[in-house]
Amino acid sequence: MRWLSLIIGWLFAVSAMAAIETYDFDSKAQEDRFRSLTLELRCPKCQNQAIGDSDAEISGDLRAEVYRLLKEGATDREIKDFMVARYGRYVLYNPPLDRETLVLWFGPAAFLLIGAIAVAMRIRQSKKALEEGEANA
Amino acid sequence: MKRLWVWMPLGIFLILAAFFFRGLSLDPNAQPSALIGQPVPPFQLTDLYSGRALTNADLPTEPFLLNVWASWCITCQVEHPYLTELSETMPIIGLNYKDTTSAATNWLANLGDPYTFHLFDPSGGMGLDLGVAGAPETFVVDADGIIRARIQGEVNQRAFEADIEPVLRGAR
Repeated sequence: MRWLSLIIGWLFAVSAMAAIETYDFDSKAQEDRFRSLTLELRCPKCQNQAIGDSDAEISGDLRAEVYRLLKEGATDREIKDFMVARYGRYVLYNPPLDRETLVLWFGPAAFLLIGAIAVAMRIRQSKKALEEGEANA
Repeated sequence: MKRLWVWMPLGIFLILAAFFFRGLSLDPNAQPSALIGQPVPPFQLTDLYSGRALTNADLPTEPFLLNVWASWCITCQVEHPYLTELSETMPIIGLNYKDTTSAATNWLANLGDPYTFHLFDPSGGMGLDLGVAGAPETFVVDADGIIRARIQGEVNQRAFEADIEPVLRGAR
C-alpha cells in the first residue's frame, strides 16, 4: 500500500513538473493568441494532441517557437505558414479549403445529400405503391 | 427496384471492406515530410568535434544521407550498425540533435563513427527547419542537394529498398 501511494505520488510529481512553463506576454491579447495557436497546431509526434496540451518534447519546442514568433510580431497566418513549411499540413487542426481538402470539407455534406435523395426516392416509391394499391382495391 | 435494395448491405460491406483492407497496410504514424523536393534548408552550424563552422557548401555533391541522431536516442543505437554498413556505399552526414558534445562524442567513441562529419545542433533549430519530430530521422538527399525522401525511425534494409535505393538509382 505504501508502495502504491509512493508510485501514485511520483506520477503526479512528474506531470506537475512537466506542466510548468512560464512565458511573459506583452498583453492579454497576445496571450490569447498564444493559447488559440497552440491549440490549433497539432503535435507532430503525437497521434491526436495539440501542441498546447502535449508533454512531448517536440511540443515544448514548437510552443517556444510560437512564442518567439509572436514576440517578433508575426501574424497568426505567418506562424501557421512557418509550421506548415516545416511539418506539413499535418500540423493544422483547421485545414484551409482548397483542392486537396475538398473531400474533407464537403464529403459529409455529399453523403447527407445522397442519404436525402435515397429517402426521397423511397418515400415516392411507397406512395406510388400505396396509390396503386388503392386503385386496385 | 426492390432487387437493388436487397443487394445494398452487401454493397456497403464491400465498400467498407475495401477501405479497411487498404488501411491494414497503412501506417497511421507515417507523415509525409513537407521538405520533399526541396533543398536542404540553409544552415550555419558547427562541427561536433572541432567546432569549425559548417554551411550548406560543406555538404557532399553526390547522393547522401542526413541522419538526425542523439546519444539519448535508443533507436539510433539500433540503426547504428546498419548505417555503419551503409556508409561504405554512400556518405552519411550526422545531425547531432539536442545533445551535448561530451555525451555525443562518448557515444561515437563507444559505437564507432562511420559518419563523414557531424553537424552539431544542440538547440534543435536545424531539426525544426527540417520538420524533425524526434530522433532518429533520416533524409535522403540527391546529387543536386534536393531532399527526396524522409525516413522516420530506424533505417534498415526495408527503408533502404523503399526510400534510399531509388534515389541512388536516380529513379526518384
